Amino acid sequence: MAAEAQSEGSSLVFHPLDQFIVKPLFGEGPVQWYTPTNVTLWMALAVLAIVAIFVIGTRGRAIIPTRVQSVAEVLYGFIYKMIEDVTGHDGVKFFPYIMTLFLFILFGNYLGLLPKSFTTTSHIAVTAVLGFGVFFAVTIIGFIKNGPSFLGLFWMSDAPLILRPIIAVIEVISYFVRPVSHSIRLAGNIMAGHAVMKVFAGFAAIAAISPVSVAAIVAIYGLEVLVAFIQAYVFTILTCVYLKDALHPGH
Amino acid sequence: MATETTAHDAAHGVAELGACVNDHGSAIGMPQLCADWIPNQIFWLVVTLLVIFFVLSRIALPRIGAVLAERRGTITNDLAAAEDLKQKALAAETAYNDALAQAKAEANRIVAETKAAIKADLDKATAEADAKISAQSAESEARISEIRAGAAEAVAEVAKETAKELVAALGGKADARSITSAVSSRVKG
Repeated sequence: MAAEAQSEGSSLVFHPLDQFIVKPLFGEGPVQWYTPTNVTLWMALAVLAIVAIFVIGTRGRAIIPTRVQSVAEVLYGFIYKMIEDVTGHDGVKFFPYIMTLFLFILFGNYLGLLPKSFTTTSHIAVTAVLGFGVFFAVTIIGFIKNGPSFLGLFWMSDAPLILRPIIAVIEVISYFVRPVSHSIRLAGNIMAGHAVMKVFAGFAAIAAISPVSVAAIVAIYGLEVLVAFIQAYVFTILTCVYLKDALHPGH
Repeated sequence: MATETTAHDAAHGVAELGACVNDHGSAIGMPQLCADWIPNQIFWLVVTLLVIFFVLSRIALPRIGAVLAERRGTITNDLAAAEDLKQKALAAETAYNDALAQAKAEANRIVAETKAAIKADLDKATAEADAKISAQSAESEARISEIRAGAAEAVAEVAKETAKELVAALGGKADARSITSAVSSRVKG
């Protein structure tokens, strides 16, 4: 798509995917695994934003919170309550891990909405690590907590006996598809939104269409602000649901 | 399409940019699927997650948890204190009402006592006055009856004397006894 759009003679130039290119921060050259890249930069900015809100913002430890502290408290309470509601009380000890995932995705998504930024959560490499990380962690926790009876998760004891093996096969497949859907959902949503905005921005080069194009960008941007939060929320609550299955495998 | 362009650009020798970017700096295919960049992203993601996790679990979350717990404690204490004060206020009100009722009862008692005392005094005074009045009226009665008796006697005397004188003056001679009995019968009649 990018190569076609480059054909000379057309005023329309679309490079909707160029925003996802990983570049070294300093100089040119191949990207090694340790090279500081724009990935590093935007992840570091996410860390700084989290530190600013959660460490610097709460340093007063005020009983009556400041504005920044109350933001931190609202996010804390939001995730804490979600874990308590979904997994029950014994899921609370995984709170720091889930909070880490939520904040990383939330800040990755929102920093990615800044113009000229790089969206770390739009990359399947990133979300797959998160998704498969959750998958392996949850599976290991399930076997440690429940032993072999964790496999009862796949055996519907209240279904008719003939159907049980078939359901078990479907359950196993759906269990192994979880990390894939979990990670592709996040990366796909974020990437699609950003690419669509770039496509509309490309149309702005035609004077007659540009007002429509600008209005569409504004609308899509508003949608993306919602999507950025909703995807972080969805990823987190699915993590909680999978964790619940690991802690309480009975249906 | 992606494979086509990759093959096309490979001829230009884009080794320094990597296999996923063409001569113009644009992406070839989806940058998300470029294998060259994946180790870099995974490495920095793991570093980032570890940093966030340690910042959260060592500093931020315990601090916020402590603040929330402290706030909850403060609110509970304040509510308890408010409840306490409310109880005290209620007790004070009850005590006030009791005192008021007691004072009212006391006042009523004093009023009744005073009324009774006054009534007793009054009764006594009335009785005394009645006694005095009855004594005086009895005395007066006695005197009146005395005077009346005196008067009747005097009338009888005067009538006897007058009758005697009249009889004498008319030249009659009558004995004193018959005149007296005649006069007394007339006076009585």
